[in-house]
Amino acid sequence: MTSSAALSFINVGERTNVTGSAKFRKLIEANDYAAALAVARQQVEAGAMVLDVNMDEGLLDSEKAMTTFLNLIASEPDISRVPIMIDSSKWTVIEAGLKCVQGKPIVNSISMKEGEEAFLEHARKVRRYGAAVVVMAFDEQGQADTIERKVSICERAYNLLTEKIGFPPEDIIFDPNIFAVATGIEEHNGYGIAFIEATRQIREKMPLTHVSGGVSNLSFAFRGNEPVREAMHSVFLYHAIRAGMDMGIVNAGQLALYDDIPAELRELAEDVILNRRPDATDRLLDAAPRFKGDGSGQKAKEKDLTWREGTVESRLTHSLVHGITDFIEADTEEARQKLPKPLNVIEGPLMDGMSVVGDLFGAGKMFLPQVVKSARVMKQAVAYLQPYLEEEKRLSGVDQMPAAGKVVMATVKGDVHDIGKNIVGVVLQCNNYEVIDLGVMVPASKILETAKREKADIIGLSGLITPSLDEMCFVAAEMERENFSVPLLIGGATTSRVHTAVKISPNYNKGQAIYVLDASRAVGVVSNLLSETQSKSYVEGIQAEYVKVREAHLANEAKKQRLTLTAARANKVAIDWAAYTPPKPSFLGTRTYRNYDLASLVPYIDWTPFFQTWELTGRYPAILDDNKVGVEARKLFEDAKVMLDRIVREKWFTANGVVGFWPANGVGDDIELYADETRKTTRATLYTLRQQMARDPSRDRAHVALADFVAPKESGIADYVGGFAVTSGLGEEAAIEAHIKTTDDYSRIIAKALADRLAEAFAEALHARVRRELWGYAKNETLSNDDLILEKYQGIRPAPGYPAQPDHTEKATLWSLMNVEEETGIQLTESYAMWPGAAVSGLYFSHPESHYFGVGKVERDQAEDYARRKGWALEEAERWLAPVLNYDPVSARKNVA
Amino acid sequence: MTETDIAATLERAAAERILIIDGAMGTMIQRHNLDEAGYRGQRFADWPRDVKGNNDLLVLTQPGIIQGIHEEYLAAGADIIETNTFNAQRISMADYGMEELSYEINVAAAKLARAAVDKYTALTPDKPRFVAGAVGPTNRTASISPDVNNPGFRNVSYDELRDAYKEQVRGLIEGGSQIILIETIFDTLNAKAAGLATLEVFDELGITLPVMISGTITDRSGRTLSGQTPEAFWYSMRHLKPFSIGLNCALGADLMRPYLAELSQIADVRISAYPNAGLPNAMGGYDETPDDMACATEPWARDGLINVIGGCCGSTPDHIRHIAEHVKQYPPRPIPKIAPKLRLSGLEPFVHG
Repeated sequence: MTSSAALSFINVGERTNVTGSAKFRKLIEANDYAAALAVARQQVEAGAMVLDVNMDEGLLDSEKAMTTFLNLIASEPDISRVPIMIDSSKWTVIEAGLKCVQGKPIVNSISMKEGEEAFLEHARKVRRYGAAVVVMAFDEQGQADTIERKVSICERAYNLLTEKIGFPPEDIIFDPNIFAVATGIEEHNGYGIAFIEATRQIREKMPLTHVSGGVSNLSFAFRGNEPVREAMHSVFLYHAIRAGMDMGIVNAGQLALYDDIPAELRELAEDVILNRRPDATDRLLDAAPRFKGDGSGQKAKEKDLTWREGTVESRLTHSLVHGITDFIEADTEEARQKLPKPLNVIEGPLMDGMSVVGDLFGAGKMFLPQVVKSARVMKQAVAYLQPYLEEEKRLSGVDQMPAAGKVVMATVKGDVHDIGKNIVGVVLQCNNYEVIDLGVMVPASKILETAKREKADIIGLSGLITPSLDEMCFVAAEMERENFSVPLLIGGATTSRVHTAVKISPNYNKGQAIYVLDASRAVGVVSNLLSETQSKSYVEGIQAEYVKVREAHLANEAKKQRLTLTAARANKVAIDWAAYTPPKPSFLGTRTYRNYDLASLVPYIDWTPFFQTWELTGRYPAILDDNKVGVEARKLFEDAKVMLDRIVREKWFTANGVVGFWPANGVGDDIELYADETRKTTRATLYTLRQQMARDPSRDRAHVALADFVAPKESGIADYVGGFAVTSGLGEEAAIEAHIKTTDDYSRIIAKALADRLAEAFAEALHARVRRELWGYAKNETLSNDDLILEKYQGIRPAPGYPAQPDHTEKATLWSLMNVEEETGIQLTESYAMWPGAAVSGLYFSHPESHYFGVGKVERDQAEDYARRKGWALEEAERWLAPVLNYDPVSARKNVA
Repeated sequence: MTETDIAATLERAAAERILIIDGAMGTMIQRHNLDEAGYRGQRFADWPRDVKGNNDLLVLTQPGIIQGIHEEYLAAGADIIETNTFNAQRISMADYGMEELSYEINVAAAKLARAAVDKYTALTPDKPRFVAGAVGPTNRTASISPDVNNPGFRNVSYDELRDAYKEQVRGLIEGGSQIILIETIFDTLNAKAAGLATLEVFDELGITLPVMISGTITDRSGRTLSGQTPEAFWYSMRHLKPFSIGLNCALGADLMRPYLAELSQIADVRISAYPNAGLPNAMGGYDETPDDMACATEPWARDGLINVIGGCCGSTPDHIRHIAEHVKQYPPRPIPKIAPKLRLSGLEPFVHG
């Protein structure tokens, strides 16, 4: 085939056809649809543009098999991206298939063998189901074998279709019948050329239509001799395509190039197909055994190692891009011997390979997990070179391999979350930046000290909980005070461009604070900042942008209306307490769970956030089949499952938790917890915040506070509130040190992310137990994990520091009530982050009307009231509530003064 | 008007100007704060299940409210109003045990909309208005399994969908609908069943009405829920020879634009668009003001992308009034000539020839 002809030719994958493939037939007969799907996938991967599906086998329930297989294909986006050809000689099977495909398929086939009426009836239905159609050159007299019959039947069908039912000519595909040649029967010798010539005439007379055929019939006489069959198919297609055949049912993965066929074989095959000489068949039959080869004819589809044949540089690049560690040390050694100095290996081929990775990542052709795997390969290569580098240094006295720039990174004081920061670190290292990672809970002084000592080019701060935002402002102010001028990068889940522009940036005028959305942006930002030519204009661009962001923010603030606290309270959640008896928990006080069974938590894992950690967006499990990231998501998921299995089996982490229940009643916006059922002695008070947003008055939604979900004291009704704290991160660091190589950031990040997932799963599992057993108000609840993720259960478990109660300090109350640190080992940092980070805590409410909500922004009247209730100065309240204040406390104070 | 007159009148109007379709029904119903009793009315006072939220039932129990909303949209400048029948087929109605009311609801809904339209057309006969019988996606999907462990499983079949849609479309036409609008398509196979049902009802009643088709791109992936790109979706629906193809719901105007532009380039029929009033905010409400939305959609008209425009979730008569005001200065999109080629699709388009 020439390439331009090939471009205008549609390859229809033929292996998912029970009549054409014994292997596929056996899979369908054995109900092994998973393997059958793999056949379909392989066809599409091999280049099939349309997928032929045929289930015409006497012993099969063909309609059912067609329906089942097409429904399964619909769930596989990498297969169903291509159109389907629904192939059957039975109309009922075709119609069953048409009811399963959302795309526009091709029906293969209809014909006039039962007369015009049935033909038109079927064609009309094909059209209504929204399909194109293959029309066989077949009429009441039988299949057409001569040029004249082929052409005249097709013309008759064309006229009927276009004139009687308005079938679009471009949706008509003729199949003028490919029959076997070289069978030894003389009449068959002209079949090849008859098809080719008929094709030419059909395309001339009806140019908008198409011509297709099942090519494998042609070489039926040479079953068992694949090289000869392939040559015949290739030669036939070469000529038929030039005559106008533009579609063919072929084995896309197995078609010889016309020019690659041995000249002798090509000529013999051509003689047969074009019927050029009377003895053509005999000559091909005689020669055929010589071309049979090993008899298999199939090129082994083993692991393709041809890349090992390239230069050492290209092999290193291949290993880096594909994350392969098998050969990296041998190849690194080879490069070391080839190049003058060990450092040249890093600066030369390894960095070249990593810049290919960087380019592919930048172009969206590689995804984060792949890049981190590349980094693993890189680190292994560098580790291998380390002794040689040391030796070199000892000899020459020269230290330091030059890096593109030096970045000091830290999770700020009070915060322990570092997965995102670690990923950014890895990505930067991949791009030849030197990264000094100070870890978590790092005070400003240490960050600045290190940056000075190391002459850092850039400082990066990360944080996940809201108090970290304030700490970042503080670090920025300290940098200003200490006359820093290097760029300050800000990242992490609670950070934002607006916060960076409005709150952090103004604290640091001698340098620029810059928000970095995610790891994929980090390299671009850093390289712009460190570029001699672009840095200035880049920073000016950011400054201009942040000025705009600040202006827009101010304008927005001015617009936002809030209710007064009094008005909001008047619209609290109206619960008819008189008609309700709160359920009583099975015990009061606390209960501790130590060494909770990790295996029992696995079914509760919500995987979607795990993928988010890796910047693969999409909901689990659909993400596994996502067109863009599905392949990577699957690999990552497989790796994660393997590690999860080890974590559980080898008990890497310890899971501890504590649950408590107390008699409780609402008092205003607060909840009093009592020492016992007499409700005389108050043990503790939980403070809650109330929504103040202005709402469309036509919507009768309440202004909610958590206190609304508990029976008020004056009602005299005995109600209860619960609390919990769980962790699955005990021993996490030690286990990671013990089990995972330091060079393997990929596995380390997976392990950390799994610890987080297990903690969330623990919270979910415990909540289910609380509902069914410990509090026991939903004894018969049966919810799937999906339903749990969608929060379809009764009652809630809001966490302090999150939208329903944004004040992190409320955790302290829980800690003292349940003696959390001693019972579970979870500590609170000065910012009230939990340590270990893989931990969850919160309150339990049981009322059916209790629901998750966001407090949103609060006004100064509430901040004042809250401060008074908590026994704080207003400034203290404003500090902890900073992220939710609807006003600027500084300017508000000025106005008062 | 006979059906041929309707088609001709509609064609003529569409050739002259960008037509305006109405805005959200649900948003407007919410404003009435109906409680359970309000939804039940007298007739269903003793219905064994809760019916609050069954908005389509209101054509029987609160016809005044529904006709009032239609009239508000007509007053705001809508040329086409949708019947209040988004869920009015027996598959969705089963949620309330009201399968047997499906036909009656469709007839009643179409009659209400016709009464409103006829009133306004009588006021300004030079500007005829039209009732589009709204056919929604149902609450089930024919090409997606609801059971992750059993991807071959389906909880609804093509035949069940076709039969339910046939009953609905017959009701809509018998109640006086002048257009059939298959909308908010998130699974194209459902829509293909609706299309087939519509053609079969046309055959049975011996008429042909204009058909409008509107798909839903669910997010920035640029695909329908069932995974098709806009172009693939068009090729799946093109055999219905619709009056228009377009997009509605899920996205606000800014995010919808690239997909609309894609359709506009490849579809040789009219283009319709009725986006949401922005994306839902954290509280489930919609933030775009009438002016925001009009300013966001005006460039579509300016750039010649659309023939029919209106609003979906969160939009109100005020939104429609603003949109109509902003687009009236622009001519409708000319319908492009598209070369006849074999245009197939899976999740992605495949063009040959």
